[in-house]
Amino acid sequence: MARRLGRRAFLASGAAVLGGAAALGGRELLDADPEPAAPDSPGRATVAFHGEHQAGVVTPGQAFASFVALDLVDGVDREALVRLMRVWTDDIERLTRGAPGLTDTEPELAAVPAGLTVTVGYGPGVLTAAGREDLRPGWLTPLPAFGVDRLQEAWSGGDLLLQICADDEITVAHAVRVLVKEARTFATVRWVQRGFRNSPGTVTPGTTMRNLMGQVDGTSNPIPGTEDDRLIWIGPEGPAWLHGGTGMVVRRIAMNLDTWDELDRPAREQVIGRRLDNGAPLTGTHEHEEPDLEAMTELKLPVIESFAHIRRARSDDPDHRFLRRSYNYDESPPAGELSNSGLVFVSFQADIDAQFTPIQRRLDQLDLLNQWTTPIGSAVFAVPGGCRPGEYLGQRLLEP
Amino acid sequence: MFHTRTRLSHRLAGTALVLGVAVGAAGCGDSPTAADAATEKPSVSSLVLIDGWVKAADHGMTGAFGKLVNSSGADIHIVSATSPITKSMELHEMAHGDGGEMVMREKTDGFVVAAGGEYRLEPGGDHLMFMELTSPIQPGQDVPVALTAEDGSRVEVSVVARSYTGANENYQGGEHGDDGHGGH
Repeated sequence: MARRLGRRAFLASGAAVLGGAAALGGRELLDADPEPAAPDSPGRATVAFHGEHQAGVVTPGQAFASFVALDLVDGVDREALVRLMRVWTDDIERLTRGAPGLTDTEPELAAVPAGLTVTVGYGPGVLTAAGREDLRPGWLTPLPAFGVDRLQEAWSGGDLLLQICADDEITVAHAVRVLVKEARTFATVRWVQRGFRNSPGTVTPGTTMRNLMGQVDGTSNPIPGTEDDRLIWIGPEGPAWLHGGTGMVVRRIAMNLDTWDELDRPAREQVIGRRLDNGAPLTGTHEHEEPDLEAMTELKLPVIESFAHIRRARSDDPDHRFLRRSYNYDESPPAGELSNSGLVFVSFQADIDAQFTPIQRRLDQLDLLNQWTTPIGSAVFAVPGGCRPGEYLGQRLLEP
Repeated sequence: MFHTRTRLSHRLAGTALVLGVAVGAAGCGDSPTAADAATEKPSVSSLVLIDGWVKAADHGMTGAFGKLVNSSGADIHIVSATSPITKSMELHEMAHGDGGEMVMREKTDGFVVAAGGEYRLEPGGDHLMFMELTSPIQPGQDVPVALTAEDGSRVEVSVVARSYTGANENYQGGEHGDDGHGGH
């Protein structure tokens, strides 16, 4: 209210004594209603840590992500995992509200939360170390081998996963550092994958991200907060420690942008089955329209080709869907090469075997996109449900 | 062992009036380790240690840190500390040594937490020192510490162990291992 009065006073004085310049300034203020966000509002944004679910799953993708897989050192047992998870939970609570970690040696770097989320996942090794193999869901195991795979050990597996996302890279780097060093006596870093999406303020919120092949990527995602939730979150049918949790697939997909460059625009659209400009299926005009897989051209050829990615990536079973939350990567290329780019493919689903694997099998059998993309890393994690204040992540597994 | 100051003791007696408000000093999400006021004399019951932690170590010496908050209307003078997992504890400060370098040494006059004030214990500054661990302190482990005020009253606090590679100050005092504040 004080701000409104101030504006009115400013306008009144401008009208009375000044010419065009002041009037323009006044109009800009009027057009800015509701009050404009502070210039640093993306930096000050926070995402609640506590809740039924861990943050970072249905949270709209922040601009930057680091995925850190760790391996437990010998001798880490259930009691040690309790200690690690208490330490991590405490520091994640602090960092996600913009406070320093408990022993933060660079506390100033924690002052910009930038929508920070930290999502903790457990590989099969955690259940082994904890002596809780009986509580391992069947899908918590490496994915079956696919013909297209060229997996490298350097990007695969892991006992623990930290998915650390924020709209600022300094925030991400600091959170990674704090959490990894607090874990130093429990685990060693196995691999780190970094990725990015659009930065805040660059595209309308809710815009589907584009991958570095130029395609919209993630259009037909399940919609959180609808009946699709059953596809994302594990319910009472799963083990208690995973209620409110989810299954996570992380695959590193290398893109051959040099050979992709050889394709002209119509061919690129045929490969996917979508228009490049707005992501609409080739049978429609809007991105979120359902593709008409039966539609034929005048020459009695399918509009969306038999080999097109969107035809292959969907099955008749409505349960064969999962929430994609991928990030682009663009690393230094080896000497003599132009680029080293791709996708840190991330998907969340209540049951990896029932939802993800059937689709990946279909894509493995036939998907023209496979000519330009190669999976070079693969890992599977169980993301425990969220925790309330006073609890720690994974408590229902480690101290049921 | 520690000399008494009757003036402070007298003032500490007044803190009994504010017994019970200690936990209120903790901010959202902080981890207060409040006194079990009912079993202690009242003079230090208004003292809490916020965000208390100890550097994990296998043996030898190690330091503990945090923020002492006094919600009472009288100063609280901490003169000693004990913990079941160390042979002894000292209250330490950092000071310039003979050669001008920073060294830690016993702070023989203790920590005075001002009425309504706070007192920071941090690496590079004042801290609590475990002088000789009798068992390892592992990261994530809770370690109990008892703080004793000048009038002999005690407050129980808890510190959580963390991996930390700082807090390696040179010790200017009695004999000690060359691993300083322990290693983890």
